[in-house]
Amino acid sequence: MGIMAVIGIAVARLHNLFAVVMLTGIFSLTAAVLYVVLDAVDVAFTEAAVGAGISTVLMLGTLALTTSEEKPHYPGRHPWALVLVLLCGAALIYGTLDMPPYGDPTSAIHHHVAPYYLSKSAGHTGLPNVVTSILASYRGYDTLGEVFVVFTAAAGVLLIIGRAKIGRRRTRRMAPGELSTSMRQNVILRVVSKLLIPFILLFAFYVQWHGDFGPGGGFQAGVIFAAGFILYALIFDIDTARTMIPPHITRFGLAAGVLLYTLVGVASMLKGGTFLDYSVLAGDPVKGQHLGILLIEFGVGITVAAAMISIFFTYARQER
Amino acid sequence: MAALVSSHLPALQVVLALLAAPVCLLLRRPNASWAVATAITWTLLAVSIALLERVLQSGTIIYALGGWPAPWGIEYRIDLANAFMLVIVTVIGSAVMPYARASVEAEIPVERIYLFYCMYLLNLAGLLGIAITGDVFNLFVFLEISSLSSYVMISLGRERSALTAAYRYLIMGTIGATFYIIGVGMMYMVSGSLNMADLASLLPDVGGSRTVMVALAFITVGLGLKLALVPLHMWLPNAYTHAPSVVSVFLAGTGTKIAVYAMMRIIFTVYGGMGVFDDFGLGEMLMALGIIAMIGASAVAIYQDNAKRLLAYSSLAQIGYIVLGISMASVFGLAAGIVHLFNHALIKAGLFMALGCIFLRIGSVKIEDMKGLGKAMPVTMAAFVAGGFGLIGVPLTAGFISKWYLLQAAIEKGWWLAIIALLISSLLAIIYVWRVVEAAYFQDRDKKAPAVSEAPVSMLVPMWVLIGASIYFGINATMTMDVAIGAAEALIGGIQ
Amino acid sequence: MDVINGFPGLMNYWIVVFLMMTGFYIVIAQDNLVKKIVGLNIFQVSVFVFYITMGKIKGGTAPILADGTEIYSNPLPHVLILTAIVVGVATTALGLAFVVRIRDAFGTIEDDEIQAMENED
Repeated sequence: MGIMAVIGIAVARLHNLFAVVMLTGIFSLTAAVLYVVLDAVDVAFTEAAVGAGISTVLMLGTLALTTSEEKPHYPGRHPWALVLVLLCGAALIYGTLDMPPYGDPTSAIHHHVAPYYLSKSAGHTGLPNVVTSILASYRGYDTLGEVFVVFTAAAGVLLIIGRAKIGRRRTRRMAPGELSTSMRQNVILRVVSKLLIPFILLFAFYVQWHGDFGPGGGFQAGVIFAAGFILYALIFDIDTARTMIPPHITRFGLAAGVLLYTLVGVASMLKGGTFLDYSVLAGDPVKGQHLGILLIEFGVGITVAAAMISIFFTYARQER
Repeated sequence: MAALVSSHLPALQVVLALLAAPVCLLLRRPNASWAVATAITWTLLAVSIALLERVLQSGTIIYALGGWPAPWGIEYRIDLANAFMLVIVTVIGSAVMPYARASVEAEIPVERIYLFYCMYLLNLAGLLGIAITGDVFNLFVFLEISSLSSYVMISLGRERSALTAAYRYLIMGTIGATFYIIGVGMMYMVSGSLNMADLASLLPDVGGSRTVMVALAFITVGLGLKLALVPLHMWLPNAYTHAPSVVSVFLAGTGTKIAVYAMMRIIFTVYGGMGVFDDFGLGEMLMALGIIAMIGASAVAIYQDNAKRLLAYSSLAQIGYIVLGISMASVFGLAAGIVHLFNHALIKAGLFMALGCIFLRIGSVKIEDMKGLGKAMPVTMAAFVAGGFGLIGVPLTAGFISKWYLLQAAIEKGWWLAIIALLISSLLAIIYVWRVVEAAYFQDRDKKAPAVSEAPVSMLVPMWVLIGASIYFGINATMTMDVAIGAAEALIGGIQ
Repeated sequence: MDVINGFPGLMNYWIVVFLMMTGFYIVIAQDNLVKKIVGLNIFQVSVFVFYITMGKIKGGTAPILADGTEIYSNPLPHVLILTAIVVGVATTALGLAFVVRIRDAFGTIEDDEIQAMENED
């Protein structure tokens, strides 16, 4: 946590945006390590893939399209900002005073809803990973909403910068093209990547189907799959990568994933349950739950992978 | 089949919109996606009316998603308050759709129209999802669906300022959402639950814990950002001004209204048993903010040159009225606030529609460019005047009804300051509405300016439906007032 | 590891509050549009840490059921934060897309310069 605090301050002070973005990535990784310490392995997995991976790539892409230096300003321009922040901080500290101490097993949070999940979920869904059970079943509707947020963002990016002709280019900046040209010429990078990428994609499938038992699931799998693909595009050739997965396929995947998820919900309504009640999907409720969770996790994986690839290509297309 | 549909009405209210959005993405044709969006929106209107009727007949509907009962699963809990909100959102949405066709074609590049309708449907789903849910974290998820899609839709405006307006809204909106989840986290920490009804019964046991109070403060500020409560309103005027016409219409009628509803729900239902009004001065604080908004924003509205921006500031003032109603914490005051929420949604959406018609024909909504439009576009301008009367609160308009009840509630409370503020704010409204009327009716159009014709019927009819409805509910207010009182009782139940 | 577990009572939360406010300060006090989004990220990640911290039980393990383990940390905050992380990255992607367009339309990504240009419009 100390490391995170230092990084936070450094971000506020630094003017080179590349350094800022890199530090943010490290900030996320530190957070991920912390999550592991705090027993949240699934969250750590996701934070590492998203916070340190996807966000960093997106930010670098933006810097490449805009500028990497922040203009210097004289300090103390916004005195009210500090006042506001101190005020909020004081309010929060005041709020912590009545909080249960850290790690206290007797506090209310651990006694109302949580024990139910821990004791019943194995019997309900047959899955040892309680996080997956809650995510996909008990609070499956939240997860549906979350996938729709990703869908909204991907469609939104497509709408905002898709196919827009960027006109003026006043200042010189390093385009990702240059970056990737230099990467492309590096033999070691090419060989290692070539060996690595199939494993990354395989790993994505493993994470997808293994999420019921260990940490992982559709979301992480989707991100990893997309990351492997983006790596390929960066190191080899964006055009080849794009012909492998052309835009209409990503658009289809984007829609197909959320449709699959929602239609599983509709199917459970038709079979006599409520929306997203997987128990009715098969003769045996536990089997039904398992089937439902597998299907919706697959839907999540498709949409997330398609969304990430689509967002990346939309950014990449900007530079020409 | 009928029984099946009927038993799943609550789920359909959100799911249909969610299903339609990816379908629009796959269709990729402007007309087809418009048709899908229209059909779905109208179906949703029917669903929401059916739900309202059922709630009126047989009380609160509970629908457990995934078959898991709350607090373990997420549930929909529909009482009169959210049933009424669902109707408001779908009514505005249904009126917007026929209007949208011509306006969107004129303002958004044709190859992106299908994506626009996809965003619109997502926004609709998000708003309905917020209104219908009984879970505080689920509310956050759907709040983000609706917010992200609003940012995108606002950025589609023609001027480059639309981009910065959308960006600033994104920053402010995300800060608001993050404040909200900080508050939710604190509530969860001390109670162990995320279900609204469950929290309402658990929180009083925790008592006057400082954590619980700070949680309320953060949630109030977070939602205050989303509903543009002065002084957290900075994003709104630019967003409404630079967004495409249809987006201004839809957001002005629904977006901030849903955030107001969420705030009512948290304050009255979740914190209902906590005595936040007696012990913590929440009422006085909200009243002060409401009054500042009513007078300050109205005063700023007078000095605007852009009619859309003028209406945006007027919206801030109207939100002030609703917040004033909340701050009274009485059934009558809250009911007045809810009725005003409904009436203002109709009036403001109708007024923004009028400006959309004008923008379609003259390509501007600056007041100086609207000279002589009273003759050139008589139907549109008449609607603007009728809506303007509603804003002022002239008798026989819906605006009069809600102000009348607010006034009575304030008298009941003996809040003289609020009464004076109501009167001053109405006087200011006369001035800013007059500015537009003067330009349109008492000044002649520039000789050199090209001839102007009336807007297409497809835009005039929805506009007059909304304005007509606002007049109807000004003459016959029993129905809306009954529902609003029922809604207020449902919300406030925890206090009494 | 022990450093973190060794903190007394509320110390953890206070550090989290400090992190949150650092992020919040960057969002509201910086003029650079990319940096504002970075600040937003830091702000959000800090809130995530807050949730995960409250879910921890001393001596507990990750909530993946296994024989011989009695105490698990609370899984619900993990689920909520998984959702929130995804929402966060979606917001980031969208915000950055706006930045790209703003740079294209205004030629700068410094908020004060943009405001000056808008006032001229």
